[in-house]
Amino acid sequence: MSTVQVVFTLNGAAVSLDLDPAERLLDTLRYRLGLTGTKEGCGEGECGACTVYLDGLPVNSCLVPTYQVRGARVESVEAIAAERLGPFLAQGATQCGACTPGVVMTALWIGAHPELLETHTIRELMAGNLCRCTGYDGIVDAVNTALGHGEPPV
Amino acid sequence: MQRREGLAKLTGRERYVDDLPLENFLWGMTVRSPAPRGRITAVRFGKDVDWSEFVIVDHRDIPGPNEILLIERDQPVLAASHVRHVHEAVLLVAHTSREMARRAAQAVEIVVVPEPAALDFRVAPRPEQIQYGADNVLKRLKIEKGDVERALAHAPVVVEGAYETGAQEHVYLETQGMIAWLEEDVLVVKGSMQCPYYVLNALQHALRRDERRVRVIQAPTGGGFGGKEEYPSTIALHAALLALKARRPVKLVYDRSEDMAATTKRHPALVRHRTGLTEDGRLLAQDIEVILDGGAYVTLSPVVLSRGIIHAAGPYACDHVRIAGRAMFSNAVPFGAFRGFGAPQTLFACERHMDVIARTLRMDPVELRRKNLIRDGQRTATGQVIQDGTDRVAVLERALALSTFEEKRRAHTAFNAAQRSKRRGIGLATFYHGAGFTGGGEVHLNSRLRVAGLPDGRIEVLSANIEMGQGTLTVFTQIAAERLGVTPDDVVIGEPDTARVPNSGPTVASRTTMVVGHLIERAVDDLRTRVGLDDRARGSVVKDAIAHWYAAHPGGRLVGEAVYEAPPGISWDEQRYQGDAYGAFAWAAYVAEVEVDLRTCATRVIDFVAVQEVGKVINPTLARGQVQGGVVQGVGWALMEECKFKDGAMVNNQLTNYLIPTSDDVPPIRVAFVENPYPHGAQGAKGLGELPIDGPAPAILNAVAAATGTEPRAIPLTPERLMDLTR
Amino acid sequence: MKLLLPETVRDALAHMAGRDGVTTPIAGGTDLLVHWPVRLGERDRTYVDLWQLQELKPLRWTADALILGGLTTYWDVIRDRRAGDEFPLLVAAARQVGAIQIQARGTWAGNIVNASPAADGVPALMAYGAVVVLESQRGTEEVPLDGFYTGYKDMRRRPDQLIVAVRIPRRRYSYQTFAKVGSRRAQSIAKVGLAVTQSDDGWRVVAASMAPTIRRCPAIERLLQQGAVLRDSDDLLPAIARDVSPIDDVRSTAEYRRRVMARVLYDELRETCGWR
Repeated sequence: MSTVQVVFTLNGAAVSLDLDPAERLLDTLRYRLGLTGTKEGCGEGECGACTVYLDGLPVNSCLVPTYQVRGARVESVEAIAAERLGPFLAQGATQCGACTPGVVMTALWIGAHPELLETHTIRELMAGNLCRCTGYDGIVDAVNTALGHGEPPV
Repeated sequence: MQRREGLAKLTGRERYVDDLPLENFLWGMTVRSPAPRGRITAVRFGKDVDWSEFVIVDHRDIPGPNEILLIERDQPVLAASHVRHVHEAVLLVAHTSREMARRAAQAVEIVVVPEPAALDFRVAPRPEQIQYGADNVLKRLKIEKGDVERALAHAPVVVEGAYETGAQEHVYLETQGMIAWLEEDVLVVKGSMQCPYYVLNALQHALRRDERRVRVIQAPTGGGFGGKEEYPSTIALHAALLALKARRPVKLVYDRSEDMAATTKRHPALVRHRTGLTEDGRLLAQDIEVILDGGAYVTLSPVVLSRGIIHAAGPYACDHVRIAGRAMFSNAVPFGAFRGFGAPQTLFACERHMDVIARTLRMDPVELRRKNLIRDGQRTATGQVIQDGTDRVAVLERALALSTFEEKRRAHTAFNAAQRSKRRGIGLATFYHGAGFTGGGEVHLNSRLRVAGLPDGRIEVLSANIEMGQGTLTVFTQIAAERLGVTPDDVVIGEPDTARVPNSGPTVASRTTMVVGHLIERAVDDLRTRVGLDDRARGSVVKDAIAHWYAAHPGGRLVGEAVYEAPPGISWDEQRYQGDAYGAFAWAAYVAEVEVDLRTCATRVIDFVAVQEVGKVINPTLARGQVQGGVVQGVGWALMEECKFKDGAMVNNQLTNYLIPTSDDVPPIRVAFVENPYPHGAQGAKGLGELPIDGPAPAILNAVAAATGTEPRAIPLTPERLMDLTR
Repeated sequence: MKLLLPETVRDALAHMAGRDGVTTPIAGGTDLLVHWPVRLGERDRTYVDLWQLQELKPLRWTADALILGGLTTYWDVIRDRRAGDEFPLLVAAARQVGAIQIQARGTWAGNIVNASPAADGVPALMAYGAVVVLESQRGTEEVPLDGFYTGYKDMRRRPDQLIVAVRIPRRRYSYQTFAKVGSRRAQSIAKVGLAVTQSDDGWRVVAASMAPTIRRCPAIERLLQQGAVLRDSDDLLPAIARDVSPIDDVRSTAEYRRRVMARVLYDELRETCGWR
């Protein structure tokens, strides 16, 4: 099996790997690099549990062949500062936690791009992150709080 | 109190079974039956694989009985000579490379000579399809009160209806998985599960190991909803068998497609009602038939049937009731526990039927509920006297007020007249859910829990009940801390490890807070007495006393304990299926507002109000989250979650084709609680976890009926089905 | 798995010209990598990676056309203000492709070449008269998208050809609409997809998930061109029967698809066409 060398930036640090061209970014993160924060929920790009940032955009890492990130900037949930997570804890945005890292990645990205709300709703932007526990209110409430939209009505 | 493990989950630091570091291990894969029924005549190993690299396990490797211990012993760990459903496990393979294990599993051919399969549970089986008992009935149960035939014969109005509910797949975001390894002579199994002691018992039984040689540990679990109640015993046994043969750790984690296809789902149901009433809508007689599809093995079908029939007549007063239920064998992948456990199915039928009755009588569905909701002093179908002081009509009124029900109904009339292709409607459901195990079940479980003092004065709760998102860790901490007057930081919740914790029962049946939480309170009290204090002692006084005890007893262990005691005055007759089915019922009224697009017949829920009386709300954020999550699961079950079966196995086993609601498919779920403390539940709480999934489906379909003037009777009410009804 | 990593389009075309055998181009991976771990048979292929070919990424505007690059993503179009103004159906279609994670990686060209009868971007492109620009070592070829598909998963693309651009002529549209029908929002695969435009160039009615290929509906277009007056949606059924052939499948039924197409088209067009 011939390998391919992949040099990229991961969570701000340079990484160089020799790997199987068939390897998915999700598997590289979880099994090769031990960064198990990113989760596999479906393997088909439906659930978003595997969401990471690729050059600043949220993508499903289960659909990214790792060799394609050569020269690119990848960020996973391990890079998220815990101080940003207050609203998510307070508003019940997580229950079982399996969808949570993916939710956090997408939600914080929305929070960092408030201009998107001129054309999109939060619910539309979060629709690629499936959650089976919360019913989504806790998540949407947390995004609203993070955007400074105030406390939601009880 | 905020979710105790919340930050760990939000930062991705919480480790589920597939995240745990593991050295020198093998990946396990399962080889499954291609046929719904037949005799295995050959197992062919493909020529392009070097099989010497693999660990291979079949039924001959099972040290003890080839049985998965549950209610009955009909389900084998691995199929030996016969198969009874597609995807039944036949063989296990393991390899250091996951890809190689996959290739190997795909290279094994199970050759089955087919036999006649029973694939429609609604139809009486032909002789050649009989595979259980004399008639393929896994379980029969009946509830009788009064004289239903006579009451029906004399009733001025009789309304009949038949209702169907489909299977539902759990879609916990973390798929099933287990790791098994040997520590010296002790087999250790760790993984995603709701019931460590169920798994322990199953391992002991099939592997012929006593409790000193098996240990089960629950890893953080990414959702369960009942799907990880009984199935984990199967996957634990598979991982264990591979590990025992390989003498190396084995990890077995299912892909999503395999998980959806091969594990349990909610029992499909067919429910028939024949209801006698007065002209002005008072219930006189309820004759109900409940038929469940149990699939190819018994699993928990008798208990699902039990809960289903007990709830089938709804939260109403009626003197003459007959509920006959049966769970059928079929060659489908076995059905199993799923949040609600039979009640969502029968309550759907009951609440849809109430609206059908209302329309038949030209009566307001709200008024029909008001008239018949059970009042204190009246009896349920099993003859249980309800006397809890909850004003159930007030719960209904609160839901009507919050949803502005009347105002919206009027507005919809105008809207629908003016709109070409959209129709709006509003519908309600009033319902209930009994918490804890039915009848004598909690006594039979005989749950035991301990709270240990620690040398530094903190305490540790030792329970087998697990966290799967519903908030166990947080609520247990709150209960223990408040009972002792200490802070949450002074409370440790012990890992559910059968080597360290007693059997406090499974994490199911909405019992964890109410029943097990109460055991915590009593164990804390017991701990206090063991340091010579009474229950007026709180806070640092107790902590100091614990620390002093340890200083005075080096090598000792200070443990408070509690064993389950049934609340006084409860009695249940298992033979006649009468009496007090549950210590407490939670009561609810839900309202759904929908908009239907007549062009596509797609239904959107545009507003949802959920009001429930649950004794006491211990943690508002967690309780609200349970309701919102359960409601959205109910919305999915009602409108879009359809399991498509071929030969009894799910063929749309991908998230692309089995649709669960996204954030964009549901409105904000508006939640309100009514409190009426239950004296025998922790801090007055009643069970809450399952109640919320009982109400949405009938409320939504009642709203669609109001919007479109049709009478849908089956879920999921997909656009295709609604189009058939509206043509 | 053999992987070829061209640095330029020229290199890519050289790989695809035959000396490496049969090659599979891979762009954003949102189709090719679905269920990747269990699709072991597909490891024995030669892949030509396109993702790093920067020259294919941008979209650009000329006086006559919007030209999407061979690697332009759905998100690129959603973020382009002018696209929202002049080609709203493209933005509407892009917004309904799964969700942001897919939109950020899925390419219009990849969607075309995947040739799914349910493809998300194709109906809108076809309704706008898009032209596929194919490059190979043998030269450039332009094929109108509405003539690109010849049968189920069959298209007018040789294995050595690469889509380097999709050219969409700028026109004044007097009418345009897009619909993607499913059981929920934000889903990957439509039960019925429709895109309709009217311009000086006439009517274009495009249907997805209604036939082995995404296709224009000439019988319906004729009805509209002739200014036919219809009384209700059933009046569209004969033309629909001539133009498309929906099937029952895991997602829906032929009957449902037919009726939805009729109802949605009728409802969308009634005002413009002066129907009841």
